[in-house]
Amino acid sequence: MLLDDLHGIAKRERAEQARHEQHIVVCTGTACASARSAEVQAALEGGIKVRGLEKRCAVTPGGCRGLCAAGPLVTVQPQGTLYQGVHPEDAEAIIESLETGAVVERLHCHTDTPFFTRQQKVVLEQSGLLNPDRVEDYIAHGGYEALVHALTEMTPAQVLEEVVRSGLRGRGGGGYPTGLKWSTVAKAISDQKYVICNGDEGDPGAFMDRSVMESNPHRVLEGMLLAGYAVGASVGFIYVRAEYPLAVKRLEAAIKQAKKLGLLGANICNTPFSFEIEIRLGAGAFVCGEETALIASIEGERGQPRPRPPYPAESGLWGKPTLINNVETLANVPPILQRGGDWYARIGMDKSKGTKVFALTGRIVHTGLIEVPMGITLREIVYEIGGGIPDGKQFKAVQTGGPSGGCIPADQLDLPVTYESLASVGSIMGSGGMIVMDETSCMVDVAKYFMEFSMAESCGKCVPCRVGTAQMYQLLDRISKGEATLDDLALLEDLCDMVKHTSLCGLGQSAPNPVISTLKYFRDEYLAHIVERRCPAGVCKMSSPAHNGHVSELAHKEGVR
Amino acid sequence: MKATPKSINAPRVVTLKINGQDISGREDESILDLARENNIFIPTLCHLDGLTDIGACRLCLVEVQGMNKLQPACVLRPSEGMEVNTDSPRLQRYRRMVIEMLFAEGNHMCSVCVSNGHCDLQAAAQILGMDHVRLDYFSKPRTLDGSHPRFVFDENRCILCTRCVRVCAEVEGAFTWGVMGRGIDSRVITDMDERWGESTTCTGCSKCVAVCPTGAIVDKGKGASEMVKHREFVAMLREQREREG
Amino acid sequence: MQPKKLTPPNDDKRWRLVGATMRKHGFLPSALIETLHTVQEAFGYLDDQSLRWVALNLRVPLSRVYGVATFYNYFTLKPQGEHTCVVCLGTACYIKGAPDILEAIQAQEDIKPGETSADKKVSLLIARCIGACGLAPAVVYDGEVVGKLGPEQALARINAWRANKAEEVAHAAG
Repeated sequence: MLLDDLHGIAKRERAEQARHEQHIVVCTGTACASARSAEVQAALEGGIKVRGLEKRCAVTPGGCRGLCAAGPLVTVQPQGTLYQGVHPEDAEAIIESLETGAVVERLHCHTDTPFFTRQQKVVLEQSGLLNPDRVEDYIAHGGYEALVHALTEMTPAQVLEEVVRSGLRGRGGGGYPTGLKWSTVAKAISDQKYVICNGDEGDPGAFMDRSVMESNPHRVLEGMLLAGYAVGASVGFIYVRAEYPLAVKRLEAAIKQAKKLGLLGANICNTPFSFEIEIRLGAGAFVCGEETALIASIEGERGQPRPRPPYPAESGLWGKPTLINNVETLANVPPILQRGGDWYARIGMDKSKGTKVFALTGRIVHTGLIEVPMGITLREIVYEIGGGIPDGKQFKAVQTGGPSGGCIPADQLDLPVTYESLASVGSIMGSGGMIVMDETSCMVDVAKYFMEFSMAESCGKCVPCRVGTAQMYQLLDRISKGEATLDDLALLEDLCDMVKHTSLCGLGQSAPNPVISTLKYFRDEYLAHIVERRCPAGVCKMSSPAHNGHVSELAHKEGVR
Repeated sequence: MKATPKSINAPRVVTLKINGQDISGREDESILDLARENNIFIPTLCHLDGLTDIGACRLCLVEVQGMNKLQPACVLRPSEGMEVNTDSPRLQRYRRMVIEMLFAEGNHMCSVCVSNGHCDLQAAAQILGMDHVRLDYFSKPRTLDGSHPRFVFDENRCILCTRCVRVCAEVEGAFTWGVMGRGIDSRVITDMDERWGESTTCTGCSKCVAVCPTGAIVDKGKGASEMVKHREFVAMLREQREREG
Repeated sequence: MQPKKLTPPNDDKRWRLVGATMRKHGFLPSALIETLHTVQEAFGYLDDQSLRWVALNLRVPLSRVYGVATFYNYFTLKPQGEHTCVVCLGTACYIKGAPDILEAIQAQEDIKPGETSADKKVSLLIARCIGACGLAPAVVYDGEVVGKLGPEQALARINAWRANKAEEVAHAAG
């Protein structure tokens, strides 16, 4: 495979697509599929056949457009008209509009709104536009060009250099500089190295990686191949959650297609570079998002983390140097190679370069998947892209980073979204879950929810996480029921400090974060539960009503007037 | 043929400071080893000489200058110029809390325990000054397996240090002991959570009895005065094997 | 050393699928999780017999196989009911009312998550996040994701399973 061959495939594919004047692209991502987009697709295909329009118009499956709550989504190309909430019975109207040229207003989703215009897409740029089942379509959109160019024109060191220059940082949570990670693995001396793509997206409230794997599987493969070339690895593993059957199916198909075209396997592009990719299914353990636990899982063992150092970059899978990047990180690599690290570094702010994909959910008008440049403010995300809070309710907090992150209150909404700024307010960038909460959410309940999660997902290896999360959960449960004392609150804070600083891995070290951040910004809610035995949001059920003696006694103690 | 001095692969010797004291050590020794060689005490529970270290109990956490996270001394390797501190009010507080957590998790009643007086958990509690437990006791009912003709496994006293699991796998090679479940529901088991006495893999070697830090795995029918455990053999066995190659 | 010939515990054809997965991975111990996935897909759950057979063929100690099978949420050691109902408790679903759905199902079926109803009709499970946050709150009925549910609608799907069965019974009797 040379660049000319690749361009040939792209040309043929474009010619093939041009045979049809119009394309109706039906989203087949998980959200739209569960809103029965397959039936919509069938209805559209049927309708087109009935009218004899097969020559003029093709119906194709597409990936995620991001506005998941409004599914099923249908796009008419080349006009780019987006329809939302399409039901099979709407097919007729859409087909009719093809002939009349008019837009079906009642289904029309305007794409000149902030939800679309305020976004900047790099990772998701092709999502929803290309057919995830066809490698040719990916190639027609410029796919694998970066790989072929890198293999035939660049040295591994030059590929690495572009990634370093881009300033890309890990999108899985920690924000470790990707270029630095790559160069550590590249420098390691070994007969065998591995690349692992971490697709074990486990944060409750996050579905960015699922969408990328479903909508653009070849982008992930290309990113892995480039990584493999740069660090000198010959085998890659994609670790995907078993809960993502569609992502697994699409990746499996993509691997087969890439192999067939010689873009994967031995001597790719007639160079000495060989690379194989295998899929490994996760089995439901959040802790496997942690590098060393993920490695243990691929080795077929209990997903328990190991102390670092040594880091996987020196001693990882089967003791060999191993590069682990998450899906979104790797999906950023092909465009970086295509357009240059400097181009990428111009997007973003300070030490946070490029874009970030967020799963915007919770009490927000536009639920869905968004991609924004780093440095955008939370206010812009919530009120412009997200369209604000529904039902005239008041914004209370936005939660980022899942069980490892924190809740950011209203007075911090003008914070720019960067790794450092989110950390400065006690949260983290995390993998990209962004959950908006309004006055109907109780922050004690939210903290309890995340602690229950961490407790259930603790692997049980180290004492502080195994016992500490269970202890903290019990205390939060007592607080939420109005059964706790101020001594309990003090104990909870001690436990937070201890578990954070003594746990073995990131899960335990960050498990107290939701409690710490809600205590920092919403301490009054905790006190209301403890002192007044009431839940201000009306979420928690108190075991017994407050009695005056209790209140005054406690109020005296805390100095509440 | 006379052994030639090991070339580039031999571990380097570095100098470092532990609690301000100048110390030299090989790069492949742990900070725990080096501290003990120099009579500096660091408490441990999951560590046992001769077994692979896992850094799980967190008692041996130490402060290292330039590293923002506390490091387990049992797996931490020295580097040139490293400065380690093994004792501070904060470390003492954390260590006491670890012991508190273990007491709250299991059902430990020293006065009726056969290991009373020679239990590693009890000793750690005394040394670290853990005189009361602020945490809630889980008081979960746990099982006692007396099906083995010679040994008893009392899960109430298990602290999940996995010394038994490691000695069974690494030294005896039987792999009878394992861990099932996860988090707070983790349990030490024999084979597929079967009765020990019916195990098809147990060789009856009694190594697990010797290494168990508490009264969780003990000899049947022994009184507290007889149930003193001897553990030095594990490290010796390992050494012998390495020597014989 | 590999066993010369795979002798399944019985002549159930599904063992071939399991054997194929193990062969694909060269009978390496690291194939344990992949193999357990195949067992569960083929048999619906992991029983004692299959765990022992996998242990034997992959040369993994029994205690390790059991340790792995009980570590991961996705694996179940108990047979499931005729239908499964997975309530997502991801954050988005949680704050949009998933706890009410869960409570309603628990009350009606008198089961806790991980259990199967007395008539073996419905198994109730909870998921950490199925990644359908845009559809919160979501429930997965026999593998089909259904979103934006309230407690009544969630129960209606379960009741429909029962009703269908009743119809079939009536049909057979009639």
